Amino acid sequence: MERVPLDVAISELVRDGDTVALEGFTHLIPHAAGHELIRQARRDLTLIRMTPDIVYDQLIGMGCARKLVFSWGGNPGVGSLHRFRDAVEHAHPAPLELEEHSHAGMAAAYAAGAAKLPFGVLRGYQGGHLASHTRVATVKCPFTGEELAAVPAHQPDVAIVHAQQADRNGNVQIWGITGVQKEAVLASKRAIVTVEEIVDSLTPRPGGVVLPAWLIDAVCLAPGGAHPSYAHSYYDRDNAFYIAWDSISRDRDRFREWMHRHVCKTANVTEYHASLVG
Amino acid sequence: MSGWTPDEMMAVEAARRLKNGDVCFVGIGLPSLAANLARHTHAPDCVLVYESGTIGAKPDRLPLSIGDGDLAETADTVVSVPEMFAYWLQGGRINVGFLGAAQIDRWGNLNSTVIGKYDTPSTRLPGGGGAPEIAIGVESLFVTLRQSPRTFVDALDFTTTVGRSVSVVITDLGILEPVGGELTLVAVHPGVKPRAVVEATGWQLRLAPNVRETAPPRHEELSTLRALQAR
Repeated sequence: MERVPLDVAISELVRDGDTVALEGFTHLIPHAAGHELIRQARRDLTLIRMTPDIVYDQLIGMGCARKLVFSWGGNPGVGSLHRFRDAVEHAHPAPLELEEHSHAGMAAAYAAGAAKLPFGVLRGYQGGHLASHTRVATVKCPFTGEELAAVPAHQPDVAIVHAQQADRNGNVQIWGITGVQKEAVLASKRAIVTVEEIVDSLTPRPGGVVLPAWLIDAVCLAPGGAHPSYAHSYYDRDNAFYIAWDSISRDRDRFREWMHRHVCKTANVTEYHASLVG
Repeated sequence: MSGWTPDEMMAVEAARRLKNGDVCFVGIGLPSLAANLARHTHAPDCVLVYESGTIGAKPDRLPLSIGDGDLAETADTVVSVPEMFAYWLQGGRINVGFLGAAQIDRWGNLNSTVIGKYDTPSTRLPGGGGAPEIAIGVESLFVTLRQSPRTFVDALDFTTTVGRSVSVVITDLGILEPVGGELTLVAVHPGVKPRAVVEATGWQLRLAPNVRETAPPRHEELSTLRALQAR
């Protein structure tokens, strides 16, 4: 583990064409890292994420993505992701290849990736139309003969997650809703973790997930780095921003203007937050 | 308190279907509203499970997203997403699911993926999320959606979720239940004529021999519902 600024970590660890998983299930979404990918104009990324959310709406709208692997592409509690829709419906700003799964399928694919198994297995993808449009197959249980769904394991080049704390040695702790971050990190070749705070030592939290330093390539301090998502014990979800994003993202020009002002023209997460106030 | 909105009628009727002790997989929006109403009225021991991993959440105010911090703070336990889907849902620990959709057909199959063709959609919808496996993991699936010929269609553009376990569809006009697998109008909400429901359905809707009238929301139901929304 190396403690480095976020721009250095992204520059050294994420390449054009990489398969990247930014995870955080509604909580601890790594927005600061997503913004840095946009500032550094990464291209042709295969983006994996269960709920693409605003973070991928921004990456897709700014032309960073070639392919999206996902299971639910909406603005939670609000409605559509307009940049995602524009890419799928009108190939703007570029065509977006989709590999679509269900949540259960994505979760099984991450768990298989973490276990270095070639596929995850579940009871799913039955009867509906998705199976004929995605990468899924059936396997027969060798003991009972039951037909089960097999999803190919996620094996990202890079996982990026946001956590509340790292200690001075780079051990990381996540608490609250912990989503699929542990599996995403273990499934990936490289891992970047942004954190709210660096502390002298971690205090175990109920339900906390600890990622040891030796699992992580870079730990980057990024206070407020989940906004508009939240960091349990630090700050709340900015529900008003999720609602506002609907009109910001609906129009191509307004979206680009917003991204330039708040992401491209800011150097880091601190300046991003200042730009929202100013 | 006089009068109520169609949405309130839907939420109240959906809440009534939940029994005390049910373990219910809840989505955001009307399902979350109805489940919390049930918990605050006749079903205080109803267990609310949100797919973010919060099991037994007891939120004071209605969450905007399935991952609001309030859900984690009030939950019996918070589990990872893979654990949620593998151990709890697939493991058969959740008996009721609560879903909405963009389209439904007469068999209760649901579309939340695309309007138009999958590869060239006129409208790309969010997709299935947890729904496909919720529908096969629970014993009983409740569906809530507003009824119109655009939502109640003869043929889905895409089958996201199979309707085999649908036990009731609650709309702004009435209540449909499967009879021999086919959704059939069994009740209309107060003031709604069965003919209006037939006209709001994109297939030749079957009517039960005696279409009931839904009991109007009681004072306690409405005041609790409105208090939940005002928080």
